[in-house]
Amino acid sequence: MRFLKTLGYLLALPLILVAIWWASTLGETNFFVPTPALLAEAFAETWFGERIFSDVLPSIGRLVVGVASAIIIGIVAGLLIGSVKWLRDLTEPVLEFFRAIPPPVLVPVLMLLMGITDGMKVAVIISGCVWPVLLNTIEGVRAIDGVLSDSAHTYGIHGWARIKYLVLPSAGPQIMAGIRQCLSIGLILMVISEMFASSSGLGFTIVQFQRSFAIPEMWSGIVVLGLIGVALSFIFQWTERRVLRWYHGLREVENAV
Amino acid sequence: MTQEAVTTNSAAPIPSARKQPAKKVPTKQLLGIAGIVGFLLLWELIPRVGIVEPRFLPPASEVIAALITDFGLTAFWVAVGETMLAWAIGLVMSIVLAVVLGFIIGSSMFLRKFTNSTVEFLRPIPSVALIPLAVLLFGVKIESTLMLVVYASFWQVFIQVLYGVADVDNVAMQTAKSYGLGAMARVRHVVFPTALPYLMTGIRLAASVALILAITAELVIGSPGLGREIALAQSGGAISGMYALVLATGLIGVVINLVMRFIERKTLSWHSSIRSEVIV
Repeated sequence: MRFLKTLGYLLALPLILVAIWWASTLGETNFFVPTPALLAEAFAETWFGERIFSDVLPSIGRLVVGVASAIIIGIVAGLLIGSVKWLRDLTEPVLEFFRAIPPPVLVPVLMLLMGITDGMKVAVIISGCVWPVLLNTIEGVRAIDGVLSDSAHTYGIHGWARIKYLVLPSAGPQIMAGIRQCLSIGLILMVISEMFASSSGLGFTIVQFQRSFAIPEMWSGIVVLGLIGVALSFIFQWTERRVLRWYHGLREVENAV
Repeated sequence: MTQEAVTTNSAAPIPSARKQPAKKVPTKQLLGIAGIVGFLLLWELIPRVGIVEPRFLPPASEVIAALITDFGLTAFWVAVGETMLAWAIGLVMSIVLAVVLGFIIGSSMFLRKFTNSTVEFLRPIPSVALIPLAVLLFGVKIESTLMLVVYASFWQVFIQVLYGVADVDNVAMQTAKSYGLGAMARVRHVVFPTALPYLMTGIRLAASVALILAITAELVIGSPGLGREIALAQSGGAISGMYALVLATGLIGVVINLVMRFIERKTLSWHSSIRSEVIV
């Protein structure tokens, strides 16, 4: 019974929305809004063919490489800058400025510097995604509990062990918050770099459909982007729950008191 | 740090003890300025030495000169005005929508459960996926920009309002009820103050997201504003001009961040998170 209730809550609104969509496109043939059946058909036709290898997978590959490098660069540089006070003071204004630049602006700049290549698109993703991770890591490292830090020092915990057992766990929640922002910016940049300068990839394909007025195909492209976004968010939530399990547990205990 | 203090103290105890607090504050700012100067010098040197060709990356002095010329041009300010207009309208629309819906949905357990799956599905959809749709519906006008801005910043505020409304203290709510406060009065005096810090966080996040999307729409779609100017400068080969505009967008971003932090501090001056910061 409880399972049915949860299922009902989960599915009721989406089903109602699809039903409204289906009913409102039933009688008329609106040029801009395809019927659900037409969209499903276009979706299967467009994306379950060779396009998945020529456009979808390369796009996702660039996204993964870009985001992964941005996270690694951000955490390593953040650990370094965060633990050296003068370096932090020296770089803070410059980094704040770089974070404030809207990342899509970097597309034309990097296009100029690197030409239209795969490397350029990955570089766009890295240069846009690295700031939230970097700045959150710096902030997380800076905010390490003083008592914990002193205890680690007293017990002679240095070097790699200090980073592994003290710095990374205490900066963890902040770093994960940065990674969450990084993921959504990365997806946006992947699409934009392909829309702006490319002859393949998801972003390019969708714009191409729109320019040739292939409306159901265009909608199916939007659905693909949406699915990638939802998948990323689920993967992130799953990872975060595993990585920060101790943190969520701690929070629950603290809130209960 | 401590070593330095010790040595100066032993050399001249009285004046340094007086000097120390006054001297301590500006070191941070001085280092920050040194960082900026160092960055600009590096930028100046890289094209001058020839690591990157100057026609792809002009030296900092040229770009800053171009930015200063821009400051004197009406066209530049018109573009800034268009971007800021789309930003402001989009932000206000999404805040109003998110606050109204957030308060309605957040205050009912049933509605929250009912909409949860849909919200969790719609929220991660990247707003740039809507670009082709916006072009079809509105063409290269400000409405296209608004559509993207509203969609992207709506979720930032909406989620925060939901959290905020759910965070209402049960005892405070029961107390208000037993004192006979009506539904509207409860929203005004109990729910709203609880949700306000969350709302302000959401607005601060939404403000920077809105700027990103406004510039993106102008860059990709070509609706009027700074983004379009950047695309035009790039395709027209006005390289210093393009870098100058990129700098300008960064400056706008910094100003928006500062203004939003200031507003947050002012509206939440009564809240413990801000008050404790002031005391410490």
